[in-house]
Amino acid sequence: MPNMSLKKNPMPEQDPNVRNKNFLEVTTGYTVAMAVDEAQRCLNCKNSPCVNGCPVSVKIPEFISLIAQEKFEDAYNKITETNSLPAVCGRVCPQEKQCESKCVRGIKGEPVGIGRLERFAADYHMEHGEDKTEKPQPNGKKVAVVGSGPSGLTAAGDLAKMGYEVTIYEAFHTAGGVLMYGIPEFRLPKNIVQKEISKLKDLGVNIETNVIIGKSILLDELFEEFGYDAVYIGSGAGLPSFMGIEGEALNGVYSANEFLTRINLMKGYKFPEYDTPVFIGKNVAVFGGGNVAMDAARSAKRLGAENVYIVYRRGKEELPARIEEVMHAEEEGIIFKLLQNPTRFIGDEKGWLKGVEVIKMELGEPDASGRRRPVAIEGSEEILDIDTAVISIGQSPNPLIKNTTKGLDTNKKGCIIADENGAPSKPFVYAGGDVVTGAATVILAMGAGKTAAKAIDEELSKK
Amino acid sequence: MSYKIVQKKDLNSQIFLMEVEAPLVARRAEPGQFIILRIDEYGERVPFTIADFDREKGTVTIIVQVVGKTTRDLAKLTDKDSLSDFAGPLGVPTPLEGKKKVAVIGGGLGTAIAYPQAKKLHNLGADVTVITGFRNKDLIILEDDLKKVSNKLIITTDDGSNGLQGFVTDRLKEEIEKGEKFDEVIAIGPLVMMRAVCNLTKEYNIPTTVSMNPVMIDGTGMCGGCRVIVDGETKFACVDGPDFDGHKIDWNSALNRQQMFKKYEQQSCEDGHCRIGLH
Ligand SMILES: Cc1cc2nc3c(=O)[nH]c(=O)nc-3n(C[C@H](O)[C@H](O)[C@H](O)COP(=O)(O)OP(=O)(O)OC[C@H]3O[C@@H](n4cnc5c(N)ncnc54)[C@H](O)[C@@H]3O)c2cc1C
Ligand SMILES: Cc1cc2nc3c(=O)[nH]c(=O)nc-3n(C[C@H](O)[C@H](O)[C@H](O)COP(=O)(O)OP(=O)(O)OC[C@H]3O[C@@H](n4cnc5c(N)ncnc54)[C@H](O)[C@@H]3O)c2cc1C
Ligand code: SF4
Ligand code: SF4
Ligand code: FES
Repeated sequence: MPNMSLKKNPMPEQDPNVRNKNFLEVTTGYTVAMAVDEAQRCLNCKNSPCVNGCPVSVKIPEFISLIAQEKFEDAYNKITETNSLPAVCGRVCPQEKQCESKCVRGIKGEPVGIGRLERFAADYHMEHGEDKTEKPQPNGKKVAVVGSGPSGLTAAGDLAKMGYEVTIYEAFHTAGGVLMYGIPEFRLPKNIVQKEISKLKDLGVNIETNVIIGKSILLDELFEEFGYDAVYIGSGAGLPSFMGIEGEALNGVYSANEFLTRINLMKGYKFPEYDTPVFIGKNVAVFGGGNVAMDAARSAKRLGAENVYIVYRRGKEELPARIEEVMHAEEEGIIFKLLQNPTRFIGDEKGWLKGVEVIKMELGEPDASGRRRPVAIEGSEEILDIDTAVISIGQSPNPLIKNTTKGLDTNKKGCIIADENGAPSKPFVYAGGDVVTGAATVILAMGAGKTAAKAIDEELSKK
Repeated sequence: MSYKIVQKKDLNSQIFLMEVEAPLVARRAEPGQFIILRIDEYGERVPFTIADFDREKGTVTIIVQVVGKTTRDLAKLTDKDSLSDFAGPLGVPTPLEGKKKVAVIGGGLGTAIAYPQAKKLHNLGADVTVITGFRNKDLIILEDDLKKVSNKLIITTDDGSNGLQGFVTDRLKEEIEKGEKFDEVIAIGPLVMMRAVCNLTKEYNIPTTVSMNPVMIDGTGMCGGCRVIVDGETKFACVDGPDFDGHKIDWNSALNRQQMFKKYEQQSCEDGHCRIGLH
């Protein structure tokens, strides 16, 4: 008999007023009892609509029923048939827009907590399970992967399992991409990411850090000089956009990337144990409404800022961030200034930020993206006193590879143009993830890596 | 992976040279480019110009001035140590082809950064005048190396202790007034020095390239921390530079941005696990 409760088992989490002062994970995860109880809410639907909502088609009813039967390891193995990073996806997928949005239990009441259960199975495995990696039989072919974000990691893992000799080239000193330098510890503990990466190493994937493709090695040289048979580009969308308004070069104005990199990758929150400093003022404004903005605002709060604002030009409904992150941010005391847009930054005589002028907005006609376009209300300007600003209005792909590679087509935003298999304009070169789509999601980046791995295998098998 | 230090040599009391094994950096390095290194797990990522490289040996040389925590820690290492990270070459190589007569100006440590450019210009057959300035004669570096790659080498000191007193701008002005026709000036050194050179060359209408060195983290265009305003536009020094047209730089904003992390850097050395206990 299924559990007919209309509500999901709530997620145990740290108290908002405690967690907004530490970098420990906000949510602590289901216990066995909670997981089994939640799993019993699943109706095991024949046509499993939830699966259609998942970009990598995780076998949702199957794994959930295994949890209900307390076969946790089997549940984990079922998930990893199609998703190699369940501990990550269970935590960061926008489930409300994906799998859970399609769940029939969501029609009346809350959907099954698919993400939470996925995380449970992965965490259970990490604690109790054993990884039995068998190194596959090498097939004698070599593939290079550029970038070690979720997209590159997935492609590398799949290719290694098929017997390819895979090397990942990563520009930074640590592998993991945005999972390491963007998403903060309190949302995605870094040891989880590192465990996933060490599994890949067990599979025989070679990771070369500190190598910038387009600088240290040109893309074409990977074929000519290094003898690779194919290349997968998963270099992400790391180039921060600025707003182009007055005062952006003032001290105290950061891009979200700089702010979060200092904190996450360089562990600035442990300064001065670690050498990299982060400047945090008393009053911090973060501009933007996505996951990146939420992460920046919540990090600022944790580093001791008194007032942290999110300034977003549309309304609450339109915030692109995961619902859970918006809720957590509100609970932690982040102040939302919706329907407002900055017009200029104001500095003191020494070039330090002391305020920002914002203008009120209203929503007009829908634009090309179908969302209603925000329009400024003349004369509604006011000044907000701030000493730190974090600009988080989007990112586009870095031009390093594009500028040094012939025959690689990119669009206006600098994204590599690729077909549905991730094959761009150049022979034996594939691409996927944020570098193709522009800033998107972890699971889409993984899906692209998976598809491309398959396409690469098909093409190289013909060779 | 770690990067072995194969040579370490003091050039003066504050400046030392370090040759590091980094074949993937050496293979494509060009004058004007830089690397980013990290000493260890706790370290900051810090940029240094590629002062020299040897593609065959697979080594890259950097010349470092001790100014704060990381450079002080670095100064303690020897040819028995390794660095945990050494990434590059980063930035755009300085375009040096086709120049006939160039004045290369180095201020203090900037001399080391300017050296590979003078060397390449010389190898390309250009007429090279090198003018470098130091606070006093004890701080003079690379004199012999510079002699080899220049048609004329002028070394000037703030206090006149080497027999020639004055700033690099005084010397450059003298040369220009004497009728030397430079088709380009390359100026590398502290911001105020580069600004002074640019003010001078503007009067004489001589194109001038400067090398900007704002605070950097990734060095790949990802953080935007290194932004400089050039001709009213925001540029990233790590990917668009570090060399820019000196007559188009917004010097005030560059000088302000340099102040940003000053107090933290002091704290890093005072409270941090300063590995040498100085300060
Ligand atoms: C702060 C933040 C929060 C986010 N929160 C969420 C969330 O909650 N849920 C969600 O689904 N998505 C979230 N995202 C988006 C998600 O992280 C990205 O869509 C995803 O990481 C893209 O994966 P990727 O593999 O394409 O690229 P990335 O993760 O960006 O990885 C690219 C890697 O390539 C490296 N690289 C780049 N250029 C080169 C080069 N030339 N040579 C060698 N290496 C190179 C980079 O250093 C990087 O490590 C968030 C993003 C950010 C920034
Ligand atoms: C592209 C580039 C090339 C460089 N090349 C060289 C080089 O060849 N040799 C060399 O010795 N240095 C070079 N620098 C400067 C070098 O990176 C800094 O001196 C170093 O980061 C200081 O680290 P620290 O921890 O020792 O000092 P910190 O404790 O970080 O700082 C000490 C003092 O130096 C100032 N400072 C910090 N970073 C910089 C910077 N980037 N530029 C100027 N002042 C700074 C601080 O404001 C402070 O006053 C270069 C910088 C850039 C951006
Ligand atoms: S991978 Fe993401 S979308 Fe797919 S089932 Fe898991 S949480 Fe849902
Ligand atoms: S739609 Fe919901 S209830 Fe049905 S199988 Fe999927 S998760 Fe279970
Ligand atoms: S150093 Fe980060 S963008 Fe230049």
